[in-house]
Amino acid sequence: MTGKVTPPAERQAPEAVLIGGSAGAIEVVSLLLETLPADFAIPIVVLVHLPRHRPSALGAALSGRCRLALRGPLDKEPLAPATVYLAPPDYHLLIDPGPSFALSVDEPVNFSRPSIDVLFKSAADVLGRRCAGVLVSGANQDGARGLRAIQAAGGWVVIQDPADAAQGAMPAAALALCPDAQVLSARGISHWVQQLPTWQTSRQGPK
Amino acid sequence: MSGEFDIELPLLLEAIHQKYSYDFRRYATSSLKRRLEQALEDFDCLSLSALQERVLREPEVMHGLLAHLTVQVSEMFRDPGFYRALREKVVPYLRTYPSLKVWIPGCGTGEEVYSVAILLREEGLLDHTLIYATDINPEALRKAEAGIYELDRIADFSKAYCEAGGHASLSNYYTAGYNAAVFDKTLREGVLFSDHSLATDSVFAEVQLVTCRNVLIYFDRVLQDRAVALFRDSLCRKGFLGLGAKETLSFSILTAEFTEFVREERIYQRR
Repeated sequence: MTGKVTPPAERQAPEAVLIGGSAGAIEVVSLLLETLPADFAIPIVVLVHLPRHRPSALGAALSGRCRLALRGPLDKEPLAPATVYLAPPDYHLLIDPGPSFALSVDEPVNFSRPSIDVLFKSAADVLGRRCAGVLVSGANQDGARGLRAIQAAGGWVVIQDPADAAQGAMPAAALALCPDAQVLSARGISHWVQQLPTWQTSRQGPK
Repeated sequence: MSGEFDIELPLLLEAIHQKYSYDFRRYATSSLKRRLEQALEDFDCLSLSALQERVLREPEVMHGLLAHLTVQVSEMFRDPGFYRALREKVVPYLRTYPSLKVWIPGCGTGEEVYSVAILLREEGLLDHTLIYATDINPEALRKAEAGIYELDRIADFSKAYCEAGGHASLSNYYTAGYNAAVFDKTLREGVLFSDHSLATDSVFAEVQLVTCRNVLIYFDRVLQDRAVALFRDSLCRKGFLGLGAKETLSFSILTAEFTEFVREERIYQRR
């Protein structure tokens, strides 16, 4: 299940980049989104656990600093390029075939709703090799199993270096389940995401 | 998820439909898969085929599976803004009818039913209102009819009730017993709890208001369109449809048959 997944030479860019995190994640996500151009071709889905009483903290932190359209996905909404989707509070966010968004009010998973595991697993199932999962700073273990599912489906998996993260528990838990994932700093994650669209045209991958 | 799972999934749903007439074939894939994975663990089955074997031969397994496939977790006055809009913008129209009929499909364990009933009572409308509270899960309907909720959920319900513009205190409507709050049975004197499937049943009454919140998110687009067609055909002209905060008619083939009445709260009006 956790065997090394070598990206084949011929590889298409992911259909979506999913970023999960908890405490300390907003800073990492801000850093990343600031660097992306307004026409960034791959849809980005951000799921950060937020306190129930401050559900808009993420949108507030990002608005004005991100050139991409920022929105909360609606049920059945298709994923579109040049858009950052922020998981709404108090729902699970999932990817359905399409790919399009699906929501649920099923019980919390890992005490979380939304849960990163739920999002990542559904994305792994629908997008397979064309799924990219990034797990960053956080103080719990949500996301580790989901990231493993993405890896098992042949997708791209990146974990923020626990030493670089404000809270290392979440990346460390993911690393324990996905020892072959790429480990990058917050800055490294930004660079890595920026080059993802180049896979679409290059047979050898990014230059 | 393995390829076998994807092969077995439609077979299981077909088996359930043929044997028990429950139709999950048009449920949204991702949530359905999650729920079935959970069911595999809980029933200690290694595959959907193994689960299917048991479902076909042991009706009590179907009974348990139904709970997995229809879990409707809700809170009273979930999204207080919705109930405030209902009270401030929709109730003035509802007052103009000599008697009212309301349909709450997919009512689950009844949280939404009691929320609407309390709101209508405070607006003086409940005594001439008939509420149809429907669901496919008989166990959920029994709980809805009992109107008993764990006491540790009541604090959140009370907070939401106040934010929703409640006129009094939620405690006026229940009696706190040992570990549970029992809601006033006069709230449900005008409520008919009944078995009805949005996937297989048809229109049964003309109503002025349908509230169906966070039910359509579990359906695929084809089944959503079927359900919305039922709502349209049940609603009187200019009747109201309330959906969940993340649900929209924008992607429905029936979008032109409704207008957005309170856009941000997903309250639609039939043309």
